[in-house]
Amino acid sequence: METHGEPVISLRGVRADLGGRPVLRGIDLTVARGEVVALLGANGSGKSTAIRTIIGQVPLADGTIELFGTPRRAFRDWSRVGYVPQRTTAAGGVPATVTEIVSSGRLARTRFGLFGKGDRDAVREALERVGMADRAKDSVNALSGGQHQRVLIARALVARPELLIMDEPMAGVDLASQEILARTLKTQVEAGTTVLLVLHELGPLEPLIDRAVVLRDGCVLHDGPPPRAVGQHALPGHDHVHPHAPAGAEPIRTGLLS
Amino acid sequence: MDFLNYAFMQRALLAAVLVGITAPAIGIYLVQRRQALMGDGIGHVAMTGVGLGFLLSTSPVWMATAVSVLGALLMELIRWYGRTRGDIALAMLFYGGMAGGVMFINMAPTGSNANLTTYLFGSLSTVSPSDVNAICLLAAFVVLVTLGLRRQLFAVSQDEEFARVTGLPVRALNLLTAVTAAVTVTVAMRVVGLLLVSALMVVPVAAAQQLTRSFAMTFAIAVALGITVTVSGTIASFYQDVPPGATIVLLTIAAFVVLTALAAPLARRRARAATAAGPGGDPAECVIPAARGTGEEISA
Repeated sequence: METHGEPVISLRGVRADLGGRPVLRGIDLTVARGEVVALLGANGSGKSTAIRTIIGQVPLADGTIELFGTPRRAFRDWSRVGYVPQRTTAAGGVPATVTEIVSSGRLARTRFGLFGKGDRDAVREALERVGMADRAKDSVNALSGGQHQRVLIARALVARPELLIMDEPMAGVDLASQEILARTLKTQVEAGTTVLLVLHELGPLEPLIDRAVVLRDGCVLHDGPPPRAVGQHALPGHDHVHPHAPAGAEPIRTGLLS
Repeated sequence: MDFLNYAFMQRALLAAVLVGITAPAIGIYLVQRRQALMGDGIGHVAMTGVGLGFLLSTSPVWMATAVSVLGALLMELIRWYGRTRGDIALAMLFYGGMAGGVMFINMAPTGSNANLTTYLFGSLSTVSPSDVNAICLLAAFVVLVTLGLRRQLFAVSQDEEFARVTGLPVRALNLLTAVTAAVTVTVAMRVVGLLLVSALMVVPVAAAQQLTRSFAMTFAIAVALGITVTVSGTIASFYQDVPPGATIVLLTIAAFVVLTALAAPLARRRARAATAAGPGGDPAECVIPAARGTGEEISA
């Protein structure tokens, strides 16, 4: 293991616009190796935009982003990064099985997309880690919201990344799946994986989190130990569900109405 | 099998088979990325290419390929940069392409609207040996891309944001999809025509989906269905004096209706099997949960 404390993600003065409107107004954020950092904030505070700027989906208006000490534009070592997007972005128009979805996460480790036995083993192992191995041949459309989320986590883990970036992994996820997700994440963190995740509240992941960064209106409001939940919010099982589907997107399959 | 004795029918059937393979093969990725109507747009733009081919007295097939590839690249660029005004720009591209085709073909000494009609709705019996050569080359390119890069194209079409983080060249793959779709349109142009080509890209995929759970199986069934309808439509048009393009498209839609009707009981049986599979699946009936546990029993 390399020296602890070396920055894995480093943002300096990051600005980003969406549709001409400034969404990030100069964010500084550093995540050190082995750290688990939660990005918190209200709707529209810029949490998801910050994450999507880091992975290059939203263009950078100003500032610098480094991944593993390399400027993001020059960064090529993507098998070191595992990404879990919001579940709403991951719906295709053609049926696909759980195995097919998880296999696409393995592309970072294969040459020209050629799969060998090692790759197939890695897919099976990732599915076992999230308790979805028995659903490997099922269509993802037949899964509940929580099961779908577990598949997306397996897809991120299948390349065995050193850094996990997750956008609201607990939104719209049933309690059983939340438990499994929390346990999977705990195993990863114990093995030394660095984690940056957007959360609406700390919830069942609270014991894992080293540091919380709170955003408001595209600025960092707080960077330090995670805030303690108080009152109603502190009760076990308290769970806000705020799907952030953009207008016209696929409805979220929570399993409640669909 | 007397239709096989005619050289024009041999050419027509070869072209039909190639269209039956290529149109659903690229169409599945368009459906997956929810751009099912892109083939229709490219078809409109390709009309300018056909018109230019007549005007410059070159092969309309190759000219249509060049123009529709350019049009498809332009559409992909509009998708990146013109997020807010994108649909207006696309509309202008489509109708400009159509108007350009009509204009050029009327300016051409040998051209008339009657020539254009054979490209709009297909004209299998007039497929020339040089057309067949062009169609074979173009179809080989489409098959190579859609099968050789299937994992990459699947990842980009399923979830572009995630594909970026696996290090895939997302922009290059998007452009390649657009170019491949444009090439497929010109392959299919002589068989079903520019205005009906999109149907062969989309409907076999939609029909196959009624039966399948996996992408691989959807791909296989869509291509098998594509070949079946193009070949049977071509043969039907030989015996009955019906236009092959329209026959093929109507057969495809009929296949969709039949498969949808067959799929309903299949889906019901699958749902029952899933509930019978026990824990892990969602119960079909309402179950009132016991008092909320500590989560220990859930991990069992």
